[in-house]
Amino acid sequence: MIDFIKGALLITGALFMLLAAVGLLRLPDLLTRMHATTKAAALGVILIMLASAMHFAEVGVVARSFAIIVFILMTAPVAAHVIGRAGYFVGSRLWSGTVKDELRPNYDPLTHELKSGLETQENAKRYPRDSDPD
Amino acid sequence: MTGAIWNLLLGLAWVLLSGDFTGLNLLVGMIFGYLALVLLEPQVDALKGYPARIPRFISFVGFFIKELVQANLRVAFDIVTPPWHMKPGVIALPLSARTEMEITMVANLISLTPGTLSLDVSDDRKVLYIHAMFLDNEDELRRNLKDMEHRALELFR
Repeated sequence: MIDFIKGALLITGALFMLLAAVGLLRLPDLLTRMHATTKAAALGVILIMLASAMHFAEVGVVARSFAIIVFILMTAPVAAHVIGRAGYFVGSRLWSGTVKDELRPNYDPLTHELKSGLETQENAKRYPRDSDPD
Repeated sequence: MTGAIWNLLLGLAWVLLSGDFTGLNLLVGMIFGYLALVLLEPQVDALKGYPARIPRFISFVGFFIKELVQANLRVAFDIVTPPWHMKPGVIALPLSARTEMEITMVANLISLTPGTLSLDVSDDRKVLYIHAMFLDNEDELRRNLKDMEHRALELFR
């Protein structure tokens, strides 16, 4: 039974990594590629680590597997965010099927200022301050 | 935080006293330590709110794993079938998270679930720009993201 679970975990983990590789080749632009590589690969590593922890079942190996899972979960999203953000602002083009882009109109490429689009509502609202003259 | 440290100390004490140095026994000790802290909570101010946090944390982890697997399968399906079903786009999500720490955690969680990638935060820290892969139903996506943000914030506050 446990052999069966271990095998299933290893195979699905490897399959997700293969999917990440296929996605990297097939997907049309940088941002969609980031979706495939970071997350599918992270899930693949997590499944394989779970399988190895189950196989060895020793304190040292289990602790190290869990440490690897925690570090992957901590670093993968940060790397994906930084690469995606840098690519977007440097001007890598989006796929032709992209349906909307709410960031572009709020970004000023000269000053690198990124507005939230909520400024007008926010400015209209004004709360009384202590320094206001009576 | 004090609660977590006390829980760990009680678990270690259990391991030392029972003399069985395995991970499983540490887990048993942590569970007994947690039960002891639940009983102590009304009398010790430093432990306020700690017992309620653990079930919330476990349910959050379960919810997150479910989202992770579901979204991964969806992306995987789109990669292996020849026509593109995806409708990618960049959306602006208003944030309820206020401090830098909260925004970092929420943005990381959103990046971790496949199909959404946080791109940038606006300069006034009010809006998170997200690249989403499936915008077929934008309202539902926004509701899901807000739900996740809400659960995560409940955990940290």
